[in-house]
Amino acid sequence: MSAVPQAIVAAGAMEPAIRARGLTRRFGHVTAVDGIDLDIPRARIYGFLGPNGSGKSTTIRMLCGLLQPSAGTVNVLDHEMPRDAEKLRTRLGYMTQKFSLWDDLTVSENLDFMAQVFGLPAQRRRTRIAAVAGEFDLTSLFKQRAGTLSGGQRQRLALAAATLHEPELLLLDEPTSAVDPQSRRDFWESLFELVARGVTILVSTHYMDEAERCHELAILASGRIVAQGAPQQLMSGIPASVVEVEAADTVAARRALVTDESVLSVAQLGTRLHVLIDPTTPDPAGRVLQRLRAASVAAQSTQVRASLEDVFVAATGFGREAGDKRDR
Amino acid sequence: MLLRLIAITTKEVRQLARDRLTFGMIIGIPLMQILLFGYAINFDVRDLRAAVVDEAKTSHSRALVADLEATGVIDLRAPSPSLPDLRRRMESGDISVGIVIPEDFERRRLGNDRAVAQILIDGSEPMIDSVARGLSSVPLPTRAGDYMSRTPAFEARTEYNPERRTAVQVVPALIGVILNMTMVIFTAAAIVRERERGNLELLIATPIRSWELMAGKLLPYVLIGLIQTTLILTVGARIFDVPINGSLLDLYLAAALFIAATLTLGLVISTIARTQFQAFQMSFLTLLPSILLSGFVFPFDGMPRLAQWIAQILPLTHFVEIIRGILLRGAPLSAMQVPVLKLCVFLVVALAIATLRFHKRLD
Repeated sequence: MSAVPQAIVAAGAMEPAIRARGLTRRFGHVTAVDGIDLDIPRARIYGFLGPNGSGKSTTIRMLCGLLQPSAGTVNVLDHEMPRDAEKLRTRLGYMTQKFSLWDDLTVSENLDFMAQVFGLPAQRRRTRIAAVAGEFDLTSLFKQRAGTLSGGQRQRLALAAATLHEPELLLLDEPTSAVDPQSRRDFWESLFELVARGVTILVSTHYMDEAERCHELAILASGRIVAQGAPQQLMSGIPASVVEVEAADTVAARRALVTDESVLSVAQLGTRLHVLIDPTTPDPAGRVLQRLRAASVAAQSTQVRASLEDVFVAATGFGREAGDKRDR
Repeated sequence: MLLRLIAITTKEVRQLARDRLTFGMIIGIPLMQILLFGYAINFDVRDLRAAVVDEAKTSHSRALVADLEATGVIDLRAPSPSLPDLRRRMESGDISVGIVIPEDFERRRLGNDRAVAQILIDGSEPMIDSVARGLSSVPLPTRAGDYMSRTPAFEARTEYNPERRTAVQVVPALIGVILNMTMVIFTAAAIVRERERGNLELLIATPIRSWELMAGKLLPYVLIGLIQTTLILTVGARIFDVPINGSLLDLYLAAALFIAATLTLGLVISTIARTQFQAFQMSFLTLLPSILLSGFVFPFDGMPRLAQWIAQILPLTHFVEIIRGILLRGAPLSAMQVPVLKLCVFLVVALAIATLRFHKRLD
């Protein structure tokens, strides 16, 4: 830090934790990540929302220097990546998608090993392991082999291991994909506590409820960012009217609606349908009802606020082929 | 720095201690191999099934057959009435050696210009040929008072192994073969396993350096290799009476050098193989030529030039030379600078390849 020119130090506090421009990664002739721009502010939880194969993991791996970008630039904590990857190792915490601590070592052996690998001196090692064990409720599991832990316990152990060295930036790749809802809630509590201490967190997920908890969000589809912003802002800015339909026969209602040219998409949520309608259509709820009556489907309709799921559907081209994806 | 190295080694030892199967193999493989090679594989061929066609039927011909039988090399079955019958029996695998004494045996015997009799040998099995050919040097029997100078001109004596026991020739080199087998497979698998299970992705995202990771992983195996060396030596000396003529220190120094060389070979494989299965296959790919070309079984000098060149690349070739020198000839390590130097070159080159190929990246 000391050798950094004054101008950069002054701007340092305001600089985003991660800045990427035109970030691209190709595997053979498959483009996994396609020209992504990112500005991830410090001390925030930033979410990557997207289906499997949308490029979330590849992006995260490029951000922590494990993959070389095919094109574009990455700047992490004022360091160019992947050139300075090794310098940043102690300031980054990375949690892989798959549990990658050692199944045949115990919880305490795993933590001890990671603390040593990060070069923590003996005294600090002891205090940090005790601290994370308390924080993530691992003390009672110390003598247990990691391979015998439950999904939620493994997740806690992995996060504990990733935060042992008190990194400034945490990169979490689908940390809750194999975890029950209660453990997921606890996990997010821990993330907010870390953010309160000034840690920047980048987390990828395919859960809408998790995405909604992030301060800011990027929606990824086929290697591109199709929407970016705070969840509330994304929901209010959706380029469609959302009509909720309650019908006894949802299948018939769906069939009646998909043929209407003002209807962009129809998604089922339990016994209700979420219908996205061209925003230029006047009285969207009335139009839907009219359409359903014409097809003699008994139903009720109300215009509602968009959910993040609606935003996701709208941003990924209303479930249609990528070819006729609509621009915002 | 040292802390991280120790951390890796400690982790590796803990995991090894908990992996009962691998732990068992460390002791089991050498033990099984030495007993197998020591007892079952025996180049002192005896009791080859044989049959005689005696068309001469003289007292001399019977004496010749009796002399051949007395060597113990052949085990005479029922005599054949004719040459075609003898050939048929060899074809069917009933016998592997046929002795033909022609009708004009007596005339040939006195004429002294043509071979008096013929030995037919089944050439389809590797070891039989050379052994059976030895039979042809059995001198013609003489009667009392018949002082024909039939004594062989040369007397052959086998140095360092006067009783010509196979175990003495095989066991020293077997140390090399077993180390080669276990060390290459264990290291290749140890690193590829972490890649396969996803541990490596986490490890390379830490400040650990490539060489710390590699050295930390190899260190426990050096110790394991030395334990295996001790095990084979002990069994070899106790059960098979293999002499230890040279210095034990020289022997362990040579073993440590060879272990380091094979470990780096395993490292190179680990940087190429993506799965443990591939690692095993590649290990065997290097093992087979090592066993065949190193001079462990077949004499190095008889190989075609190309095979000799390939053998020069393999560390086992040089170790077999060194270990036979120390154990049997009692030579000091300093007398074998050339093979030692060749092993060192292999070590340095393989280490360079492994380090260059191992990146702290996923692509």
